[in-house]
Amino acid sequence: MASKKQREILFDPLFENNPITVQVLGICSALAVTVKLMPALVMALSVMVVLGFSNVIVSLMRNYIPMRIRIIVQLVVIASLVILVDLFLKAFSYDVSKQLSVFVGLIITNCIVMGRLEAFAMDNKPWASFLDGIGNGAGYGLILIIVAFFRELLGSGTLFNIKVIPDWLYEHGYLNNGMMLMPAMALITVGVIIWVQRSFMPQLTEKE
Amino acid sequence: MKLDRNSNAYTYIFTVILVTVVGVILTAAFSFFKPYHEKNIKQEKMSDLMYVIGLNKDALQDAAESQGLSLSYELIEQYFKQYFVRQIAVNEKGDEVSGVDVFNLNLKAEMKKPAGDQVYPLFIAEKDGKKYYVIPLYGKGLWDDIWGYVALGEDLRTIVGIKFDHKAETPGLGAEITTEWFENRFVGETLFDEQGNFTGIDLVKNLENTADKTDHKVDAISGSTLTSNGVEEMINERVRHYEAYFKKIKK
Repeated sequence: MASKKQREILFDPLFENNPITVQVLGICSALAVTVKLMPALVMALSVMVVLGFSNVIVSLMRNYIPMRIRIIVQLVVIASLVILVDLFLKAFSYDVSKQLSVFVGLIITNCIVMGRLEAFAMDNKPWASFLDGIGNGAGYGLILIIVAFFRELLGSGTLFNIKVIPDWLYEHGYLNNGMMLMPAMALITVGVIIWVQRSFMPQLTEKE
Repeated sequence: MKLDRNSNAYTYIFTVILVTVVGVILTAAFSFFKPYHEKNIKQEKMSDLMYVIGLNKDALQDAAESQGLSLSYELIEQYFKQYFVRQIAVNEKGDEVSGVDVFNLNLKAEMKKPAGDQVYPLFIAEKDGKKYYVIPLYGKGLWDDIWGYVALGEDLRTIVGIKFDHKAETPGLGAEITTEWFENRFVGETLFDEQGNFTGIDLVKNLENTADKTDHKVDAISGSTLTSNGVEEMINERVRHYEAYFKKIKK
């Protein structure tokens, strides 16, 4: 079973040290792919896979990587994994991969991935690195899914493309809020999540 | 022997090994996934072509269920062959050109040729005793390529179905060209006059009389003028080349 420390590595990034809401990393993809739940979910899983495995690979190589080119080596590892994920999605989830378009490729530039490799995988054992990658990927994905839930519900009136707002509401003048489809509203939603989280976890608030 | 991790030699050797390993893995992965990718692209094209003649995914799904089957790639291919009776290529003069792989014709590459050398693909379908003429479209949107299919009815001038797709238009604005409400604005409009002369279509901002289907005007999407212009340009540039052929078969 996982020790207490390993559990911390895995679950800390979900709330207390969430990459999006606490470290404010990886925002741009969080804005881009959260119009609908399905692409957000696939993106979350893709980032989890890439993070988990690139952490393991870099951790396995950590004693052999020449320090001077370590960032390039990390990028090569990330880029190869991202290409594999992209090929996989194109083969088995074609519709979603079309919606995600360039953003799967842009996982390469997602600062969470690089950040975890530099900060964790370069100094830790493979298993711990794997947990760290999965944990951070899940923390990223969790926020993505929360944001996508509100954006799809309020912006399109659907969840996973299934209509949830009843017809009689529309008949009484309810309209989908087109604003929610804009990236700006994703940023505001992330802001609200940060606000809610901090009011529950006062230890996160910066001291004056 | 202890390796010096900071020496130049070590760095070079490490790089070469890493790149070779990665290269082999990616090449293998690419060849492994390639048949799946090609199948997906082909399936999408067949689905789009059937969509514009009124067979959307739900209709195909129902048809499959009534046969007690689930909608697979093989079944989509079977339906496609059943409805699309002819695939031809025509030239500017209105003659059929033989020896062209119409289904796999790369429209983007074809459009780079001078107008006289180009061939124009045409898909002819028959459904419930009616004929449909489907013209593939290709053009430029605001950010990148846009494409689509337009189906004309038996009169060779009225749009009965249309479908757009895009590579990178703005979500919520230009990307809305893929939505049903935008497509529906085109249905019923005509692209040729009664003599078969090409009239084209105009995408107009804030069109007042949207119900008028004889004015060759369609309401554009506000906020995405450049994508709308791209759609207009794409339809007008592509469909005009079929005028000669349509006049010929009308006789």
